[in-house]
This record gives sequence, C-alpha cells and structure tokens, in this order.
Amino acid sequence: MTDSPAPTPVISIRNLRTQFGRTVIHDGVDLDVMAGEVMGIVGASGTGKSVLMRAIIGLMTPSAGTIHVFGTDRAAISQADRIALERRYGVLFQNGALFSSLTVAQNVMVPLKEHTDMSPALMSEIAAYKVALSGLPHDACAKYPSELSGGMRKRVGLARALALDPEILFLDEPTAGLDPIGAAAFDALIGDLQRTLGLTVVMVTHDLDSLYAICDRVAVLVDKHATIGTIEALSKIQHPWIHDYFHGPRSRAATPSGVT
Amino acid sequence: MTAASAWMTTNRTGDGLEIRLSGDWTIDYANRIDIAIASADIAAAATCIIDAGGIGRMDTSGAWLVEKLRRRIAALGIDTAFRNIQPTHDVLIKRLQAIAGDPAPEPVRYGALSLVAERTGRATIDALNEAQDLLNFLGLATVTAAKTVMRPRRFRGTAFVYHLEQVGLNALPIVGLLSFLIGVVLAYQGADQLRRFGAEIFTVNLLGISILREMGILLTAIIVAGRSGSAFAAQIGTMQVSEEIDAMRTIGLDPIEVLVLPRTLALLVAMPLLAVYADLMGLAGGALMTIVSLDITLTQFTERLKDVVPIWAFWVGLIKAPFFGIVIALVGCREGLKVRGSADSVGRQTTRAVVIGIFLVIVIDAVFSIFFSTVGV
Repeated sequence: MTDSPAPTPVISIRNLRTQFGRTVIHDGVDLDVMAGEVMGIVGASGTGKSVLMRAIIGLMTPSAGTIHVFGTDRAAISQADRIALERRYGVLFQNGALFSSLTVAQNVMVPLKEHTDMSPALMSEIAAYKVALSGLPHDACAKYPSELSGGMRKRVGLARALALDPEILFLDEPTAGLDPIGAAAFDALIGDLQRTLGLTVVMVTHDLDSLYAICDRVAVLVDKHATIGTIEALSKIQHPWIHDYFHGPRSRAATPSGVT
Repeated sequence: MTAASAWMTTNRTGDGLEIRLSGDWTIDYANRIDIAIASADIAAAATCIIDAGGIGRMDTSGAWLVEKLRRRIAALGIDTAFRNIQPTHDVLIKRLQAIAGDPAPEPVRYGALSLVAERTGRATIDALNEAQDLLNFLGLATVTAAKTVMRPRRFRGTAFVYHLEQVGLNALPIVGLLSFLIGVVLAYQGADQLRRFGAEIFTVNLLGISILREMGILLTAIIVAGRSGSAFAAQIGTMQVSEEIDAMRTIGLDPIEVLVLPRTLALLVAMPLLAVYADLMGLAGGALMTIVSLDITLTQFTERLKDVVPIWAFWVGLIKAPFFGIVIALVGCREGLKVRGSADSVGRQTTRAVVIGIFLVIVIDAVFSIFFSTVGV
C-alpha cells in the first residue's frame, strides 16, 4: 500500500493545539486523511489519541488550529450543517457507548429513526442484519446492553456506527478487549466494508495486528506532534519511541512478512 | 410484459423472469426501494435472473434490499441467479446471504390487566425484599461499626470529615432558609386563625411546640434525604458501575467500612446539629412574623416562649435526629450498592433512596409520636 494521496482530503487538520488547564496535549498537529484510506492513530498512553478523535468529531473544541471535515470548517459550522455532517460519519466509542435503556436492535435503529424515512418494518430488518453483520447472534437483538459482554457491546456499537452507511468511520480502540480470533474477524469486517463501500476509516488503536492488517497510513502522536506515514516509512524513522514501537517484540510478532 | 420503477424493471419472457436493477441502491432510497420490491410482480415463473449490472452506488442497506428481493423470489420456489453483478457489490451481497433476515424480535407485550397484576405482585415482593434487605444491611453496618470500634485506626477520619462538611455545613443555607420560611408561614397562618378567637398570643405556643417538636426536625430530615441520601446513592452507584467497588473488594477493602460507615457517622453527627439550627431559624422566622403581625416586641415574644414551651419539646424533637440520620444514610448507601450495570440503574436507585428515605423518616416519626403519647410526654 503506497502513499498515493487522493486529490481531496476528507479530514484536514492544521496546527491543532489542545490543552487542559496547563497541560498541553497537542501542539501543532497537522493531519490529512484522504478519501478511502484507513488511517491508524497510535501513540503512548496520554498522548491524546482519543482527544484528537473527539476534536475531529466535534465533541471537543480545540484551543487553536483548524479542523476541516469534508471541506467544512468545524469551528464555523451552522447547526443545520452540523447535523448534515454528522449524518456522514459513524463513531464507535471505546466501550460501545450504547444507550442503556434501549435494546440492541433499538440502539441500532436510533440513527435510522432520526435521519431516514424508513418504515418501522424495514428499519427493524436493517437493524437485525446490521447486528448480524457485526458478528452477533440473532437473539442478541432483544437484549439490553447490560446483558452483553464488553466485546459484544463493541460489536453493537459498530452496528450502530454503520447504521447510516457513513462515509467516514471513527473507531476508538475497536479491537481492545476482544479475543484474538474475534479481533481478527473484526479487522477483516472493517477491511471488507472499507473496500466495498469505499469507507474512510480513522482508528485509534494499540493493536499492532490491526495496524498491519488494515491501515494504509499511520499517524504516530509523539512529542505533541503527529508523524504520519506508511508503516514501512515510519519504521525507518529514528525517533526512539517510534523506533521502539515498530521494532519491539510485539511489533515483530505482528509483522506479516518482515516489513521492518 | 414489462413493469418498471426507478430501481427495477421486470421483464417476462415465457416462464422466465428477468429483473433489471438500476439506479443507486443506498440508504437514502431504502424505503422507496422496499416498496418497489414489495409491489414487484414476480409470481408464476420457473426461473429468474436478477441483472444487477445497472446498479450505480450500493451500500449495505442497498445490498440488504437486493438480498431481500432474491429471498422473496426464492421463497416462491423459483430458481434465481445474479447476472452482471459488480465484484464490489457481490462481496457485500455474499456477506448477507449467510445472515438470517428475520426482523428483530420485539420484546414480548402482555395485556393491560395482566400487566397491572404483574406490577402489583412485583411491587409487593419488591417492598418486602427491600424491608428484609434494609434490616440485613442495618445488621451488617452495625457489625462493621462494632469491628471498627475495636480497631479505631481503621476508621476513615478524612472521609468522615469530608462528608460531615458535605452533608452538614453545606446544607446550612438551604435548611436555614426553608426553616425560616416555614416559621414565617406557621406564624402567619396561626395568628390569622387564632385572632378570630382573640387568642392570637397563643401563636407563640403553636409556633414553639410545632417547630421544636415536629417541623424543625422533620423538615431537616426531608431536605437531607433529598440532598444527601440521593448523593450517597448516586456516588456509590456510579462507583458500582465503574467497578470501583469490585476493585475495593479485591484489594481487601470493605466497602461498608470505607464508604458506608463514614457517611452514616457523618449524618449521625450532622443531623442533630442541623436540627438545632433548623429550630433556631424556624423560631426566628416565626418571631419576625409574630412581631410584625401581632405588634409585640422581641422581648415579649421570648418571655412568652420561655413561659409556655417546655424544654422537653425541644428534646423530643432532637432525640429523633440521630435515628433519621442513620436511616437516611443507610438507605442511600444501600440503594447505591444495589446499582447493577447501567446509568439507568443509577437513576432508579437514586430515586428509590430518596423515596424510601422520606417514607421511613415519616414512619419513624409516627412511631415516636405514638411512643411519646403512650409514655405521656
């Protein structure tokens, strides 16, 4: 997979700065995500991977810098545009973030109800197969989130994120807490969907296997900046953390054919 | 014979059926495509070919609709095959073929009458369980408290002081204000009614007895149940959801000792203090109103109060305070510990903490009234 930039980045971040009180998390982060690519975001704990994602999806206002999503400036967006924009991306939160008072099927139907004119019967069908698509047994539909395991909740979260067939999919640690076989299936599912639907995927992850399996490019958050490149390119960088990351024992185990 | 819609064209040749799909099969058109599928004329054919070559964009919802069409035809016993299907679309559709397409089952619904019966039964059993539960919890807390008395170093002093501030000191403004206002209202209404008998000076008796004996402490208990009982339940409940309590247990900390005892002791201490304060504020409000509406001086008011209100009225009120404090704290903590799983549950248990807390406060107050009247106080 080569670094061949499409003409228009769907997400474009310039000079992003975020800070909480006096703690600076990002200082001058530049990041472009092209249409149809899978961008991984990695970094040590506390480097603001999730914070970066929250800034892109508009849950957090950065202290400085600009974020363009589909060419629209996040900071200068009207309420109506914001809703139209949110329709075009799906988000999978770390622990699924399911609505605890709704069943699994109802959770997946929430975005459908909100944004489409589907008949209830069709909505229910689509919800059922999205749940199945994300790898859950059929009888999970009528269950409540509190009756599910962490991994199952994550799958329901994915089903909900995919409900509207979004153009961008944001995944916050999608495979954390899944068993290795489940994680590999999850990766394969995301890869398939990405290829067939032309999805753009932004995923925060610690999982080197997913990184090698599906990411086209990776943004490494170190020293408050983002260093971006393909895994091959990044593994040649001499920065100590990046070097350790791509040359550590776990990384070597995950490397498919000795890329490093 | 040809039938057409924007998304599909049905073409019948002999006993063969050909369905040409076209346009964008995406979620935006899903409802209209669904209607087109339902109304498509597909009966009475031996074979069917679905030509998917004309499809523009397709997403998973569209793929599901294609698959739904195929299933509808296949269910009639007609051989179906796809033609000209684009590879990317094929992948999506293939993925769906393994999936059962039943709509999500709705939760089972019962008739209204059996629902009422079920709820009544459930509520009764819940109430009984709740009572048993609270008694158990009282026992558990007592045993833990006794153990802590044996080893006083295990008592969480910092937590106790923190909660004392939260439930006591920080409650002063609201308890004071409401007691003062109740004093004003009582004095005003009392003076108004008693004036008709020319007995308006008895307003002071009414005020002194009712505030010291009942209103001061009851009002304080209700405010504290709403303010601190709910806070205990929500705090402990949220800790339960984030598995903090489980973590405590594995580390060898006893949640009763760490969470429940400091809170209970804090309320046990704070409640009488708040009650005295509420009494004072209530009397102050009453005094203000009496002075204004009966045109007497503060000295006259205090003289009269001293003459007609016996000191035991104050003690009868105050003696109830520690009981109320313990009950509110234990109910709040117990309901918090009963939280299971979700944010929903935190809300439910917090509500229960307040409702049960206030309920028990009033029940205990009634029991005390009966007791005092029996012993003749």
